[in-house]
Amino acid sequence: MGLGESVSYIYYLLIYGFLLTAVLGLAASWIDRKVTARVQYRVGPPLLQPVYDIIKLLGKETLLPSGSSRLLFLGAPLLSLGSVVLVSTILWMNNLDPSKTFIGDIIVVIYFLTVPSLSLIMGGFASGNPLSAIGSSREAKLVLSYELPFILAILVPVIHSEFSIRLGNILAAQAGQGVFVGSLSGVLALIVVVICMQAKLGLVPFDAAEAETEITGGCLLEYSGAGLALFKLSKYMLLFVLPFFIIILFMGGIRLDGIHLVWGLLKYLGLVALVTVIRNTNPRVRIDQAVRFFWGPVTAIAIVAVVLAFMGI
Amino acid sequence: MSVKIKALLKSPWVFHLSTGSCNNCDIEVLDCLTPRFDIERFGMQLAGSIKHADILLVTGSGNRKSMERVKRIYQQISKPCLVVAIGECSLSRGMFIHSYNCPVPVDKVLPVDVYIPGCPPKPEAIIAGITKLIQKVEREGLAGKKTGERENEQD
Ligand code: SF4
Repeated sequence: MGLGESVSYIYYLLIYGFLLTAVLGLAASWIDRKVTARVQYRVGPPLLQPVYDIIKLLGKETLLPSGSSRLLFLGAPLLSLGSVVLVSTILWMNNLDPSKTFIGDIIVVIYFLTVPSLSLIMGGFASGNPLSAIGSSREAKLVLSYELPFILAILVPVIHSEFSIRLGNILAAQAGQGVFVGSLSGVLALIVVVICMQAKLGLVPFDAAEAETEITGGCLLEYSGAGLALFKLSKYMLLFVLPFFIIILFMGGIRLDGIHLVWGLLKYLGLVALVTVIRNTNPRVRIDQAVRFFWGPVTAIAIVAVVLAFMGI
Repeated sequence: MSVKIKALLKSPWVFHLSTGSCNNCDIEVLDCLTPRFDIERFGMQLAGSIKHADILLVTGSGNRKSMERVKRIYQQISKPCLVVAIGECSLSRGMFIHSYNCPVPVDKVLPVDVYIPGCPPKPEAIIAGITKLIQKVEREGLAGKKTGERENEQD
């Protein structure tokens, strides 16, 4: 790898992977809060509210709970943010310049999308607080339950694009034969992925791990200052990265030229609005109900989608 | 005014602490969080954990049992933070002024920044008090002792 090439990778990492994703994620979280407020007949926070939150948290004191594991406790937020930045870099590179990607990047993306949840579990256990430990164990159960249908549903676009595990080929196949969400198996898989996205984002109805009213913040309970800021930022960025991943898999990606940009933005806003509406119209489910839900009906729908995709429907 | 204080004033997350109130002040505080008064437009949120909070709302009379816990809770907030005393009980011990069990008002234990009188104060009064607090901090900045080092002994 030459010098110029590595510079271009760093450019992608910083500009697209971190800055652009962070700005879009903060904007998305503002949209989420504003829509929630309007649903409840409130005015809602001002546009820069997420930015203020992050800056304020970065400026505050970071407390270390006594008896915690320092390395894990302070390393977990960094790990979470780092994995989200890497995923978004891979996704942007696929979207902008498919020739630069590598075979199997879809597996890397799935792998890294689990890391934010894992670092939340790690941080919660490392803080040594019993309520955080409850939150972490719930998060662990949630991860175990939603990964199965999530991966099954992602098999559908892989099958449709002639068993290619490269995101660039999936995008190329959609450019050739139309978006995958146009087929029946694509629709079913999209439903499954959206439900799993809700759980990955840790939003209602699957926010049992972080239940503010019940275990006062769960895994995040002991975090303050910069650690909390990094966790919040990585959560906001996931609010962009996960819909973007779904758009690449099922809806043909976001193109940055002319009218296609508006079209891509609409796809994205549609997914964010869907997340918000699900979050505002559902009560929290218990963790055993969540596991049963994901391993029962959701996995069944995902299996049906995979079988239909094999038959080419 | 530094960026830090400005951001703090734009997104103050409140933590709600009852030191043994008759529950009326608490209900008025909860009223502020309802859609009718909508304090989220000022960026305020109710924090579930004390470590996330920037403003400590204290209601109720400071009795012998709870004041120990209040001190410990105050030590756990990440600084800089602000303290608001709500209701007659926390201001001046209110109707419990002659009680053997309530030796001190809250500001003998915590450095209170703003007092909101009333038994109980209306939600409008609470919001007006917080606004005055924000104006005061904008004018004077945070008092030196609350920006860094923590004070453990104060009784
Ligand atoms: S000030 Fe009045 S309403 Fe508030 S706790 Fe005391 S007695 Fe109750």
